Amino acid sequence: MSKFSQLLQDVLRLCSKYYPIYLSGMKNTLLLALIGTVLGCVIGFVCGVLNTIPFDPRDPFRKRALVKCVRGVIRAYVELFRGTPMVLQAVFIYYALPYFTDGAARFSSVWAASILVVSVNTGAYMTESVRGGIISVDPGQVEGAMAIGLTHVQAMMYVILPQAVRSILPQIGNNFIINLKDTSVMFMISFTDFFAAHRGVVGATYLYFPSAVIEMIGYLTMTLISSFLLRRMEQRLEGSSSFELVVADPLTLTSGVYRNPGSDELFRERSRDYTGKD
Amino acid sequence: MDREPILEVRHLSKTFGTNPVLKDINFEINQQDVISIIGPSGSGKSTLLRCINLLETPTAGSILYRGRDITELGKDVYSYRAKVGMVFQSFNLFDNLTVMENCTLGQTRVLHRDREEAEEYALQILSRVGMAPYCNARPRQLSGGQKQRVAIARAMALDPEVILFDEPTSALDPELVGEVLDVMRDLAGQGMTMAVVTHEMTFARQVSNRVVFMDDGIIMEEGSPEEVFTDPQNERTREFLGRYLGR
Ligand SMILES: Nc1ncnc2c1ncn2[C@@H]1O[C@H](COP(=O)(O)OP(=O)(O)OP(=O)(O)O)[C@@H](O)[C@H]1O
Ligand SMILES: [Mg+2]
Repeated sequence: MSKFSQLLQDVLRLCSKYYPIYLSGMKNTLLLALIGTVLGCVIGFVCGVLNTIPFDPRDPFRKRALVKCVRGVIRAYVELFRGTPMVLQAVFIYYALPYFTDGAARFSSVWAASILVVSVNTGAYMTESVRGGIISVDPGQVEGAMAIGLTHVQAMMYVILPQAVRSILPQIGNNFIINLKDTSVMFMISFTDFFAAHRGVVGATYLYFPSAVIEMIGYLTMTLISSFLLRRMEQRLEGSSSFELVVADPLTLTSGVYRNPGSDELFRERSRDYTGKD
Repeated sequence: MDREPILEVRHLSKTFGTNPVLKDINFEINQQDVISIIGPSGSGKSTLLRCINLLETPTAGSILYRGRDITELGKDVYSYRAKVGMVFQSFNLFDNLTVMENCTLGQTRVLHRDREEAEEYALQILSRVGMAPYCNARPRQLSGGQKQRVAIARAMALDPEVILFDEPTSALDPELVGEVLDVMRDLAGQGMTMAVVTHEMTFARQVSNRVVFMDDGIIMEEGSPEEVFTDPQNERTREFLGRYLGR
């Protein structure tokens, strides 16, 4: 029991003395995760759309080669960044520049390097999620879009992605929460996130365990609040599109709107009255 | 037949893998034609329409639109598709958009009309098919017949020169078939050029000026409704119609 009260005391002492360090660490972690996820989504959407450009054996060779090339590059990108630890990617990107230029060029800010690593990493995962989301939309939707003359990108923008987002959104949330935690490896390139705060504090106090307790609670608080907010967002999205009342023009329709017009006088009248405009 | 041909299909073949689905198809769609395409399941009717709209790429042969080969349109393929409307058996309305937006998307993005003009025109066309009051509804809130009428309006909003219908009433409950056929009859009456894959023999007989019978990827017989329905020359046609019309 006395151990617990000592722990509580240590934790409180650390908090009261070092809270600015912890808090600014949390702020940086949140910011990095947020920016990284948003940029990662942009990358994911762009790659996902490029990845689904259709081609046909009768298309000109140039187009086929280009499409295949784009797919190959995206494939390689996804495999490379999904298949290696983010901490190594950070080290690679951060130290490659000075290595090749003998120290003449380096990342001017740790922020830039960290954002680059996190977004490119998230982008690799999102590319796959977006592709999955696009594939899950009824192919009839694409055909409808093609049939009225939309280009692939237009079809994606106005018809397919708005429907795919429903299945992609949970993945975005997932990635955000993963990023909250995994950005902790960025201390390797001296990014001052929440975990770096821990390293700083224990370096001065040697109170490893009490600080770890603070970290645990801090990370859990961030992830729990995020997943709560994300769930709310998903529900909002579901709700707003699942029941939307049909607003009828009261002048043209006085009876109920949901009646099947098999016996709908209104319709028959209209089609009879129509007197040809062309 | 001295009306101008809009589409000429020449020696068209389509093969999926090793499965020849269309074999040397020749026919044309002239201005104001209402062509009914009939035939047993799997005979390639849908594939023919899909080739004409370039949803499938023909394996061989050519399709001429006003004298131009459509497989060599390049970027013009998008405006070509707008000129050749398509109505699907499964409607394929855009589920994320309202009825109105379904009818304006192509107008604004493909024909570059401004939004107000597009909405005004969409409303005009929607009222032609009796769907104007539903312009703020989403597709899932509509009955099948209503969906199909909106799909027809969506195609018409682009001022197509011809509309292709692929079994427009086959997915509908029997009591909803009539309302869609009425709209199509109206369209035909107003001189719209149409090619309709259908199992509605009454419609084929009464509304179309030409009937094409397909079997096994080949056009077996083609002629006026009287010729095909009352005096089919081909054995397969006779068999097929016999099944449909109760011999
Ligand atoms: N994408 C495809 N890949 C492979 N085979 C296909 C494809 N589309 C159609 N087929 C085949 O082509 C043949 C003709 O199909 P199609 O849909 O054109 O027939 P249909 O006359 O429209 O039949 P239905 O009356 O049942 O709609 C069928 O045997 C079908 O299996
Ligand atoms: Mg079919």
